[in-house]
Amino acid sequence: MSDPANSGVPILRLGDVLVTGLLDELDDKAAMAFTEELTQRIVADRATGVLIDISRLELVDSFVARILMELATTTRLLGARVIVAGMRPAVAITLVELGLGLPGVATAVNAEQGMAVLGWQRHPGSQAAGREAAHAPWR
Amino acid sequence: MTIDEADARHHLCGALREHAEYVADRWVHLQKERAALDAGLTEAQLREEADVLVEQLSSGLHGDLAADRLVTAHAGLRQAVIELSLRRARGGAAPSATALAVLALKEALLEAVQLGTSDAASLYSAALLINRVLDAAGALSFATYVEGREEIIRRQSRQLLEVSTPVVQLWDRVLAVPLVGTLDTSRTQVVMENLLGAIESSEAQVTIIDITGVPTVDTAVAHHLMQTVNAVRLMGADCFISGIRPPIAQTIAQLGIDLSAIVTRATLSDALGAAIALIASPVSRTIPVAAR
Repeated sequence: MSDPANSGVPILRLGDVLVTGLLDELDDKAAMAFTEELTQRIVADRATGVLIDISRLELVDSFVARILMELATTTRLLGARVIVAGMRPAVAITLVELGLGLPGVATAVNAEQGMAVLGWQRHPGSQAAGREAAHAPWR
Repeated sequence: MTIDEADARHHLCGALREHAEYVADRWVHLQKERAALDAGLTEAQLREEADVLVEQLSSGLHGDLAADRLVTAHAGLRQAVIELSLRRARGGAAPSATALAVLALKEALLEAVQLGTSDAASLYSAALLINRVLDAAGALSFATYVEGREEIIRRQSRQLLEVSTPVVQLWDRVLAVPLVGTLDTSRTQVVMENLLGAIESSEAQVTIIDITGVPTVDTAVAHHLMQTVNAVRLMGADCFISGIRPPIAQTIAQLGIDLSAIVTRATLSDALGAAIALIASPVSRTIPVAAR
């Protein structure tokens, strides 16, 4: 596909879910490019879910927080939902103390649980096989 | 230094040199007599303490430091006094025992000088000198004693903070924090750190904060609870609050505190049931959305 916006952040497609992650080095310009690229990809790949892993983010400032909230809104308008996964405890505490509760942003403890929420199930052979019915990896 | 004082100092030095054993003996005896043994110190320990202090005092008097600054300026003597006082503070001795220890040394020293001379004038100036030297020791030992006690208090309150906020695993992917006591800013911080760390390591999906042991919930406590719940949601887990007793529910309603964004239950067992139901539910489980 044509790709005018390039943030350098990898965006993987797994079925109808887009998987991506943010790193600490993300500057404002790259973040804007990332938002643009991701929204384009949602439409182009007809994604219904987006998983953003932020377990490598040691610091979330108000700018990144706003990017995440805007992404949640934009994505919802495009008919997909965003899960922000793997926030570090220190980051969560800082955000709460800043009064930035990320309203409207769905969260998951780690990428695996985020994928489960987006309709992916663990394979029967895995640890949690007994808990949930065997299921095709995507709907 | 006046002639008198130089003289008295000479006397005192002589007395200490000749009767060091006697001074230490008398001092131990006087302390024993006056209940210093309450501090859990054995006679041998007292004796050792006495030997060190007498030796340091003697070396201090031989130097040319002024009498009233002797204890604070002479490193060895200062150290000996501080150790004496700290040992009593840690051993739980009464403040009076620590004060008596220094006062008893005065008496022992004066008796030692009396052994050498019976001249009233030189006895008087020796007594003045002893007073001047040991008053500083008294002040130092008291300051150290209080400092030692405060250190113990600080350590205990730190330990209390740690033990009062345990995070327990109730079920697969369900954590609970039984809160006991009021929730102030520093405790909220500790609870949050412990809880979020546990969520990260155990990949929990639901956490339950049980406030059965919280005596009252006012706006400040509610605010701290909301903060914790929001932080947990940012981590990607859900947060229930349980153990809300009827009077507390009434207070919350009367104060107009809005906890509607939080799942609340009356008892921990109800909350655990809700948590298990949430985990068992299929993929379309309600996912935590921060600060709805």
